[in-house]
Amino acid sequence: MTDTSWQPSASIEALHLRGALLADIRRFFAEREVLEVEVPVLSRRATSDPHIDSITALCNGDTAYLATSPEFGLKRLLAAGIGDCYYLGKAFREGEAGGRHNPEFTMLEWYRCGWDDRRLMIEVGELLSRVLQISQVQSLSYRELFLRELQLDPHTASEQELHDCTAREVELSFVPANRDECLDLLMSHRLEPAMGDGITLLYDFPASQAALAKVQEDATGTPVARRFEAYVGGLELANGYWELTDAEEQLRRFQADHRYRGMHKLHVYPFEERLVAALEVGMPECAGVAMGIDRLLMLAGGYASIGEVIAFPIGRA
Amino acid sequence: MASYSTNEFKGGLKVMLDGDPCSIVENEFVKPGKGQAFNRVKLRNLKTGRVWERTFRSGESLESADVMDREMEYLYNDGEFYHFMEPETFEQHQASADAVGDAAKWLKEQDVCTVTLYNGAPLAVTPPNHVILEITDTDPGLRGDTAQGGTKPATLVTGAVVKVPLFLEIGETIKVDTRTGEYLGRAKED
Repeated sequence: MTDTSWQPSASIEALHLRGALLADIRRFFAEREVLEVEVPVLSRRATSDPHIDSITALCNGDTAYLATSPEFGLKRLLAAGIGDCYYLGKAFREGEAGGRHNPEFTMLEWYRCGWDDRRLMIEVGELLSRVLQISQVQSLSYRELFLRELQLDPHTASEQELHDCTAREVELSFVPANRDECLDLLMSHRLEPAMGDGITLLYDFPASQAALAKVQEDATGTPVARRFEAYVGGLELANGYWELTDAEEQLRRFQADHRYRGMHKLHVYPFEERLVAALEVGMPECAGVAMGIDRLLMLAGGYASIGEVIAFPIGRA
Repeated sequence: MASYSTNEFKGGLKVMLDGDPCSIVENEFVKPGKGQAFNRVKLRNLKTGRVWERTFRSGESLESADVMDREMEYLYNDGEFYHFMEPETFEQHQASADAVGDAAKWLKEQDVCTVTLYNGAPLAVTPPNHVILEITDTDPGLRGDTAQGGTKPATLVTGAVVKVPLFLEIGETIKVDTRTGEYLGRAKED
């Protein structure tokens, strides 16, 4: 779908807001002595995430990929001793387009050495409070949110209970394949809208949704992913981890992702073996988080769709 | 029959769902950062007019529905069917009372309506937004009430009942908005 308009879809006012927000984010990190770094947007390696697709490019005659996030480059720098750092720039995801998604988007990602997910959550709350001028922050676990809204424990509920609850709450055209799909549907259809207007920091995700976070037992002895998400008004803004630093476990997760993608007939990309090599040498214990800046702008300016904050979204790009 | 994938869903697209023709009202792409992508879709069932909400996995597809809107002139009601004619081809279509539904109370002969055809047969009828109809019954206007600005029910030639100002009399023609059933004003004499 190509739109023939030459004009930006965002207003000049929205673009001024974008410039001011980027400047404010850079000030926030300068005040805290976190270093801005650049990592490649064009890479020979791609994501392994089962639910994210990379955009393929051609570079010097070889296949290359546009980065779905700056994570691998930043972690290689952390292993090389860069210290606290952030990236503020573009990331790309194939097939993601809609009112809250554009295939090319602006991402902020930062790492704090020696911190865990709980400590980083506080800083995420501080950044969001500052740029959105919202003082109300609630922190709760993934389990607490499910119990509060659905009287269901997402970790211990049986598969049948999860399916029954999903069928009750969401009109579906298909039968969910597994626990995680049920949980994702309940989260996006029922729980996000119930979060309220303030900042919500949600932590301790199911171990099956750990991605690149450490998995540890919580106070009840349930293994949980030390991963968190930040939402404002039910809109997902940021995803953070107490980072996995174990090279062997990292390799196992890459291989498991590859198997999953192969089994589900999804494109299997070359994974970043240089991240495994960096972890083998040793990456400092750290926490990291990625934040969607276009969505942050939507909230800051009260815009309903992402096209109102991007000068030239994909239809006009 | 053609089919459409979730990324082609957009407002107004006609698709089949659960055996009924539907028109897509809204399509929202939903993707948790680390989860699978879904499309949350609102569809209007064209048979019943009800709006359905349904979530699809991104990439799923639906068959297209053979549905089209045509402008047609309303001819007459034979007691069982309502007859319409395409103004250019003079092709005639008969619609059941079910298909005409609530539109029946606004249908005046020779008015041009939108007839929705499904597999070539009328599925629904949308009256013009504004119609001009004669009042066939209403209480007589009461002297002195004009200043009060109240309203009274009036029955129109097609059977519809609308609220009109107190000064209107039987035999006058008025303009009505069919979407809200509101009285808009006295019709100007042609």
